[in-house]
Amino acid sequence: MRSNSTDSTRPKATLGLKLAAFGTILFLYGPMLVIFLYTFTPEEATYTFPLPGFTTKWYGVALFERPDLWRALILSVQVAGISTLVALILGTLAAAAVYRSNFFGRESISFLLILPIALPGIVTGIALRTAIGGLDIPFSFWTIVIGHATFCVVVVYNNVLARFRRMSGSVIEASMDLGANSFQTFRYVVLPNIATALLAGGMLAFALSFDEVIVTTFTAGQQTTLPIWIFSQLVRPRDRPVTNVVATIVILITLLPIFFAQKLSADSSDTEGGSK
Amino acid sequence: MANNSSTPAIQFTKVSRHFGDIRAVDNVDVEIKDGEFFSMLGPSGSGKTTCLRMVAGFDTPTSGNIFLYGQDVSQLPPYDRDVNTVFQDYALFPHMTVGENVAYGLMVKKVAKAERVKRVDEMLELVQLTGFASRKPSQLSGGQRQRVALARALINHPKVLLLDEPLGALDLKLRQQMQVELKNIQREVGITFIFVTHDQEEALTMSDRIAVFNQGKIEQIGSPTEIYEHPQTAFVAGFVGVSNIIEGEVGKRITNSTNKFSIRPEKIHFVKPDQNLDSDSYAVNGNIRDVVYLGLYTRYLVEIDGGGDLVVVEQNLKSTSQEVMRARGQAARLMWKKEHISKLGD
Repeated sequence: MRSNSTDSTRPKATLGLKLAAFGTILFLYGPMLVIFLYTFTPEEATYTFPLPGFTTKWYGVALFERPDLWRALILSVQVAGISTLVALILGTLAAAAVYRSNFFGRESISFLLILPIALPGIVTGIALRTAIGGLDIPFSFWTIVIGHATFCVVVVYNNVLARFRRMSGSVIEASMDLGANSFQTFRYVVLPNIATALLAGGMLAFALSFDEVIVTTFTAGQQTTLPIWIFSQLVRPRDRPVTNVVATIVILITLLPIFFAQKLSADSSDTEGGSK
Repeated sequence: MANNSSTPAIQFTKVSRHFGDIRAVDNVDVEIKDGEFFSMLGPSGSGKTTCLRMVAGFDTPTSGNIFLYGQDVSQLPPYDRDVNTVFQDYALFPHMTVGENVAYGLMVKKVAKAERVKRVDEMLELVQLTGFASRKPSQLSGGQRQRVALARALINHPKVLLLDEPLGALDLKLRQQMQVELKNIQREVGITFIFVTHDQEEALTMSDRIAVFNQGKIEQIGSPTEIYEHPQTAFVAGFVGVSNIIEGEVGKRITNSTNKFSIRPEKIHFVKPDQNLDSDSYAVNGNIRDVVYLGLYTRYLVEIDGGGDLVVVEQNLKSTSQEVMRARGQAARLMWKKEHISKLGD
């Protein structure tokens, strides 16, 4: 919306630039299109082009004949949901602490909070496996959640901290000054101001957790999350079309929250810029 | 009982606030009377805002006590103090309408909705924003936001209203208009106002009394005329208006005293070279080194014979710019009344 006015004044892109942009898009999304295309193939084990025929039967198979797939999907949704919830609470608290007070080692703590997202998953995974094993905690649903929370906290923390920094610090003081206690201040002033940041951070966290493979491999017991299920399908060529169907569903489930998260952050930055 | 006129609205007893090694507020004693428009004036970092924040409850004294109508509030949280603040950046809640912003203090105190609406209307009328209740702060101009902040702070009928440089972000015209309006609103509601500013003109225009802050201490407390006409320290003389400081050798020659004095530039007059010295005046001879024509008045820099400079201003009642500019380089005799000088402490 906001770019409409600027678009008309910008110089037109050259043909080369357009081609480059188009090429990049193709490079990024071409493989996904292939996956989508081959959900309709009647040929189970091979990828031949053009498709030897067209069928939607694999969608039926995926929906009605594979309870193992559904167990994996439900588990993944549960893990992502609870990891996101944990991340929302811990991430917001951490952001509030780092934003509001100036304590010893604040910068280091800020850095340590962000580090997990940069650390290779394999390192996080092996570290968690060693720690959890060493503490004699049985590997379970909850150990997966702990593993995922390490990086989910980061995205919530980053989003909320950025919002806090854009907020005028004195609105919290103004609220207390007008007679609101800490709880009322949080409820009426802080929460409405960080709501979209929470939503955006939460959606990103959910998406991250939902397709996580590496850390999950190290922290799961007998549980099979959806990404791990897909991974295990690779060795079964006859199941390829079903796997493709699942991949298509995962693409949708992951893309939609990220799409909305981005839209939300963009919208709120618009209104806040306007208030200055 | 609380509003007994003999009880000060705010009393500081030996209040200090240290941040590490920095003494932001250093042993301040001050009494602010009930119903007074009291200004805290000083350069940035002089401790005036810290004092205000300690009254509001956003900061607590390192030592000493603050009393609000006799009650020690030094350790109370902001929401338990009967004072409200107008913030420098207004601090309006961006997600609420103007009406919701103003009603906030009543809302958190669970005042009934009908009462809230009525009082919000009264407040918006007081600040001349009737009909703006459903707008968002982002749709208002700076001056309007400032009025909303004022209405929001006044709706709880606080015992003391704190204003933290509220006019700083406004342009000159609007600022002057708001100065008058603030003073009128203060008279109308009859609440004690504590006004923090670094702008001496603002303080002189509005205040009943002014405390001049410097390096965490109060240099002088007094009415605007006392502060302007009888500054007690060199800092006050220099910070409030422009002053000539007379001291040392030159001072000794003029006043026959080793004390430090200040004299305002507008109290010094050019006189004829042969004019005799009255017994109630001081006079010096010198050379006009510089002339600055400023429309309403002209500022002269006069080099006194034997050393030292004096700044003199004279209104351009009859003279034109060409005439005043010709004075550059001329010899001049200056004279001023003895009663117009102020003896300065350190």
